[in-house]
Amino acid sequence: MDVRRRERCGQNDDDRQQVADGKRVVLAAADTFRAAAADQLALWAQRTGGEIVRSNQDGADPGSVVFDAMAAASSRHADLVLVDTAGRLHTKANLMEELKKLRRIVDRSPGACKEVLLVVDASTGQNGLVQAKQFADAVDVTGIVLTKLDGTAKGGIVLAIQSELGLPVKVVGVGEGVGDLIEFDPSEFASALFEGIDAG
Amino acid sequence: MFDSLSDRLEGIFAKVRNRGRLTERDVDEVSREIRLALLEADVNVRVVKAFIARVKERAVGQELSKALDPGQQFIKIVHDELVETLGGTTGKLTMSPKPPTVVMLAGLQGSGKTTAAGKLARLLKSQGLQPLLVGADLQRPAAVEQLRVLAGRVDVPFYSDASDPVTVARNAMAEAGRLGRNIVIVDTAGRLQIDSELMDELRAIDAAVQPQNTLLVVDAMTGQEAVNVAEAFNETVGLDGVILTKIDGDARGGAALSVKEVVGKPILFAGTGEKLDEFEPFHPDRMAGRILGMGDVLTLIEKVESTFEEEEKRRAEEMLQSGRITLEDFLEQMQQVKRMGPLQNVLGMLPGMPKEIRNAEIEDKEIAKIEAIIRSMTPDERRRPEVINGSRRLRISQGSGTSTSDVNNLLKQFKQVQQMMKGMPGAARKGKKGKKGKGPRLPVGGGLPGGIPGLTSR
Repeated sequence: MDVRRRERCGQNDDDRQQVADGKRVVLAAADTFRAAAADQLALWAQRTGGEIVRSNQDGADPGSVVFDAMAAASSRHADLVLVDTAGRLHTKANLMEELKKLRRIVDRSPGACKEVLLVVDASTGQNGLVQAKQFADAVDVTGIVLTKLDGTAKGGIVLAIQSELGLPVKVVGVGEGVGDLIEFDPSEFASALFEGIDAG
Repeated sequence: MFDSLSDRLEGIFAKVRNRGRLTERDVDEVSREIRLALLEADVNVRVVKAFIARVKERAVGQELSKALDPGQQFIKIVHDELVETLGGTTGKLTMSPKPPTVVMLAGLQGSGKTTAAGKLARLLKSQGLQPLLVGADLQRPAAVEQLRVLAGRVDVPFYSDASDPVTVARNAMAEAGRLGRNIVIVDTAGRLQIDSELMDELRAIDAAVQPQNTLLVVDAMTGQEAVNVAEAFNETVGLDGVILTKIDGDARGGAALSVKEVVGKPILFAGTGEKLDEFEPFHPDRMAGRILGMGDVLTLIEKVESTFEEEEKRRAEEMLQSGRITLEDFLEQMQQVKRMGPLQNVLGMLPGMPKEIRNAEIEDKEIAKIEAIIRSMTPDERRRPEVINGSRRLRISQGSGTSTSDVNNLLKQFKQVQQMMKGMPGAARKGKKGKKGKGPRLPVGGGLPGGIPGLTSR
């Protein structure tokens, strides 16, 4: 059995949930902290035709949600599990430990290719680098989801993240619709960075 | 990650240290570092320029304070200017003479509006007001549900319906009248400032409820973009204030300064944690230290300024320059340090302290012991410890309630301090005879390092 998994983690509320894929997808609502976060993901599941595994109550153990999602995915022969985790600041040691635990649960279940994507808001400043480092240390982040690139923010911090930590941007969010998550185009990104700047 | 500002500035300040007055070149050099620090803290480029210009104007030619070295003094100027720029907030909303007062929250997606709405409701309720929470974010899936849950947790009534945001806001006003609520908090959908459709909608909500307080919710980790966001929202709906969220992270929060410069309205509140009660009036002074990346040094500067009286400063200077120290001086220094608070804190605040000492465990009890020993000596013994022989040692230990080995330890350590003092720059300058206005360094710096018994490095 070959189950691709993606774990999405990131700072509070960075559109983690808009991310979806064309395969048979199970969404794991592991953000059990923020009020109604699971409801939000459930609506996305509806819109994208994915299945959702969630807990019935707020404040449940996110680990159990992930575990259930993994079990559900293997019994339903899903191609992909997307784990949406609660937003957390990288300075909160306990929450980072929780994230590591989620990662361990995912690692224990069968499945091959795993991605851990850090969701970074394009408007994030210098702190983005510190965040990326901390998250990478905790759960071996494999790539970046850069959101809100449709605004005027250029997301230059991913440059620092890429060069310091070698984490590539995998996808970018460019709007609020289901289809507004697109592949990252480095050349477009680069020219956007220098838009409006005169040479010399 | 980033070198702290204090570390980098130290090198520059070493050069400036012995002059009586800050020259334009000193100021230029130091401002360059400050500019970098501000940029690293995400303060917008334009804002940094304007800010530095103001600081320079204030700093050039300023007479140096006797208690601080020029570097410290410059930082103080920067800090004061920062506080002034950020400042003047009491965390008070504008109340409408005719209730209900309306508070509208606006901002980018994910900046923390809904959470801030819940927290604000809780805070206002604790102040005796009767808030109504209004969920006008019909955009994000389950946003209304989130606010409903939060309203339940803080036990505040909640209103929303499925019509459209403008109608919801209008209906909510009627609902507030019906329930007799005197403050209405409207949570709006997050939007990008270039989304003209949603910005029009925001303008329409604004027109419908005419809020006395239109607050921009800004994430503390926002970068250069903060200025664009603040400008656009300010133009669209006319902001009255700002809420800064997620300051419990380690972002330096330069966005606060950017936004403040653009909007010109106070930062009213700050979100300091995930729980609903972690929300407080904004403290400009704390933020200023944080943006500079050297919060505690500033506290220390203030303490040194207020603690050391003129006479003591003069004596400390003399002592440093002569390179001679007696046990009396030693005792006096210790008492001064004690006045500044627990020793551990004071040491932690000193930028020049080696890390081992900064992290060292220091027992205030140990100091009491030293004090007792020195106080059990005769004046002559204090000035010339070398006269202390076996029988004097016994008398001192009995008088101070310590053992002879304690007395020995103190004497040994004191000798080390004495030797160190001789190696200090102050001693080297001896022959030149201190010019007036020569900036004395922190007097505590002289007596402390390595000289305090009971220092166990961890």
